[in-house]
Amino acid sequence: MMDMSQYLEIFIDETKEHLQGLNQSLLQLEQNPQDKSVLNEIFRVAHTLKGMAGTMGFGRMAKLTHDMENVLQALRNDQISVSSRLVDLLFKCLDALESYTENIVNSGEEGNNDFNDIITELNDSIEKKTSATAQPAKQPVVKNEEKTEQAMYPTANFTLNQYEQNVVNKAIGMGMNAYKITVVLNKSCVLKSARSFIIFQTLERYSEIIKSVPKVEDIEDEKFDFEFTVVCVSKESPEVFDKSINGIAEVDKVIVVPLEAMDIKNCPQPSDMSSEEDIKSEDTDSSQHEPEKKEQDNKVQSSQGHKTKTGKTVRVDIDRLDVLMNLVSELIIIKTRLEGLDIKDGSQAYGESIEYLERITTSLHDAVMKVRMVPVEMVFNRFPRMIRDVSRELGKEIQLNMSGEETELDRTVIDEIGDPLIHLLRNSADHGIESKEKRAQAGKPAVGQINLKAYQDGNNVVIEVDDDGQGIDLEKVKKKAIERGLVKKEMVNTLTQKDIIDFLFKPSFSTSDKISNISGRGVGLDVVKTKIEQLGGVVEVETEAGKGSKFIIRLPLTLAIIQALLVVIGSEKYAIPLNSIKEIIKITPDQIKNVQKQDVILLRNMVIPIVKLGEILEVPDDDKEKKRLTVVIVKKGEKLSGFLVDSLIGQQEIVIKPLGKLLSGIKCIAGATILGDGNVALILDVNSLAV
Amino acid sequence: MEDKANSVSRQYVVFKLGKEDYGIDIQKVTTIERMMPTARVPKTPDFIKGVINLRGDIVPIMDLRLRLGLPAVPETEDTRSIILKEDDVTFGIIVDEVDEVLQLTDDSIENIGNITTDLSEDFLMGVGKVNDRIVIILNIEKLAQINEEETQHTTRRRGK
Repeated sequence: MMDMSQYLEIFIDETKEHLQGLNQSLLQLEQNPQDKSVLNEIFRVAHTLKGMAGTMGFGRMAKLTHDMENVLQALRNDQISVSSRLVDLLFKCLDALESYTENIVNSGEEGNNDFNDIITELNDSIEKKTSATAQPAKQPVVKNEEKTEQAMYPTANFTLNQYEQNVVNKAIGMGMNAYKITVVLNKSCVLKSARSFIIFQTLERYSEIIKSVPKVEDIEDEKFDFEFTVVCVSKESPEVFDKSINGIAEVDKVIVVPLEAMDIKNCPQPSDMSSEEDIKSEDTDSSQHEPEKKEQDNKVQSSQGHKTKTGKTVRVDIDRLDVLMNLVSELIIIKTRLEGLDIKDGSQAYGESIEYLERITTSLHDAVMKVRMVPVEMVFNRFPRMIRDVSRELGKEIQLNMSGEETELDRTVIDEIGDPLIHLLRNSADHGIESKEKRAQAGKPAVGQINLKAYQDGNNVVIEVDDDGQGIDLEKVKKKAIERGLVKKEMVNTLTQKDIIDFLFKPSFSTSDKISNISGRGVGLDVVKTKIEQLGGVVEVETEAGKGSKFIIRLPLTLAIIQALLVVIGSEKYAIPLNSIKEIIKITPDQIKNVQKQDVILLRNMVIPIVKLGEILEVPDDDKEKKRLTVVIVKKGEKLSGFLVDSLIGQQEIVIKPLGKLLSGIKCIAGATILGDGNVALILDVNSLAV
Repeated sequence: MEDKANSVSRQYVVFKLGKEDYGIDIQKVTTIERMMPTARVPKTPDFIKGVINLRGDIVPIMDLRLRLGLPAVPETEDTRSIILKEDDVTFGIIVDEVDEVLQLTDDSIENIGNITTDLSEDFLMGVGKVNDRIVIILNIEKLAQINEEETQHTTRRRGK
């Protein structure tokens, strides 16, 4: 009938959302322990999670949330009060739930960890406080088995048709029982159809279902309120059904009514199989039912209105988006190829068509890109918790201020950006923000501030992490750099602040004297840098002693398709990403000066180092003498470099393709692209080529 | 027991480098292509011929002769690229010509341990015998890795 696996994804997605919400609420609770609305929210989430986990058969997860719920209930009833120990405990629960979810994501199973320590602690926390009042934390479960009550439920108000009654009669004749069972689900039940599926499975274990209102298909599609009624025949006694169905979570009520054999002549014709039609045929007979019908219509309408509202978003597998993106890329390649074709006759119509095609492919590309965009909030929202934990660990008071969470980035970037940001934030907390005593001495407020800011800047997204801590100790960095042999002692004073800061990004470079749990092991900033550069971005640092430091990450908006300048070097074609190009100039060979073994040119009184691409890229037959040289001025962060090329082809939209795993370690090439003629051009990695 | 385990037979794509026959496990072969224009990739070992556009995908191509330390030869009508996939590494090897597909049982392949050769032994997995022919079976896993040494070695040589 139904397959559970189709709910697994929904379960995972929704659980993640709920856990995220739980995380935020817990942080709020910590700030305002008296806030009942936050408490209610946490309770609601725990309850929902319990229900969902139970529905999916994740018993351990359900058990944990159940015990959490008990504690929360006690909190709500003021039996116990919010303490920091209790909040810590709830955070532990959250971590445990996250680990369950992680297991489910990876294997579809929740794993074997019972987290008994947490459960014991949860139970202890209630018992200690409530033993005096001796009041059970559980809500009393109302059991109601009054059969006449069934009439209250609309789905139970139907009569069997001839065929169905015949089956019932036969079953009873064979000594079996027939029952009409109405099941009412809890109003907070989330996966109604999955829950119903479990109930149906349970029923089918003991009986044969001959009718269901609403129809099984509608139940599968969640087209029902919170109740349904089935007619089934079985050998078992009504108590068996009552017990087994009541044992399923989120079932509010089960009403089992035995049916008796009836003369089938009194029953409607079997052609009216559906209950809806039953109601209609009755309606035509009596106008009394008219208002009721209207009410039902209204209900249907309102539920439809609700549907469309929730139907506005669609969850799509990222792989499908990748496929779509690839197709768009192919389209752009073929468009470029068409543009390149030299068509002589009917050229105006051709040109117009091409222009139109170009507009459409560009819009299509934009649209697909937009679909892939996700707000950075997805990454940011786990940081408050992290900073909270880190500040506890360090014994510092730190306030994390976030802004620009709505800034959007490509999904692939979002997935990768988390770890580097964690490194930076931990760095700020550990090295940046001083201890309470030091802050007091410096006359700073006791609470250290870390700001995490995201915003869009042209074709880039900028993420800044800054703190009001002590800043980077440049002298210390210098000392370490000399110790590590990264720079000669006599040279150290010629270094600019930027050069010194660059040492921080060297592998296993750390200024921290002691290794803490949080940072100082020297793995970190170099990893951050590598990661960001892999994503096509750059990291910059600003620091001021005593005032704090700021890490600025610049990331490209899109990864797959970019505007690039095609250039020729020797007989080879290369692409330079347009967003890193500042300008293009022509010079004569004698304008190139040599300063300290480095070729430079003067451009508006700026000394710009020259990179002879032909030499660096080992391009064959590149030694032609030229009178005019073309220099592409590129920017790497704020620094400029001049790339010497032979000639320019022009600007083009290109699709970035990876070179493949075999060549993944290559420094100066960022990828490859396929040109209109089918040939391959390599994309230069400006960051590693620029001096 | 052992007999059973060793009598598994596999298919091998057999190709020529000079006069020698070489074989690779057909399971690893994606396609066999005629030569296509390649784009040279800087800062790579000599044996990396460059990358090609294989129906929209960028695939690196290596000159198997150079990889195995054999002298280079000019391209002919028969020159082919065999596109291989080992794990998730896709790459092509250039061979003089592709002959046929042979069925070899595992026990007809002799371990390379007792045969010395001046080729980079790493790349050879064994020697298969079919009637009077000898087919050198290549280790694709090894071919799919470029170690630091190779990269540095070539860069230095080219730098001069």
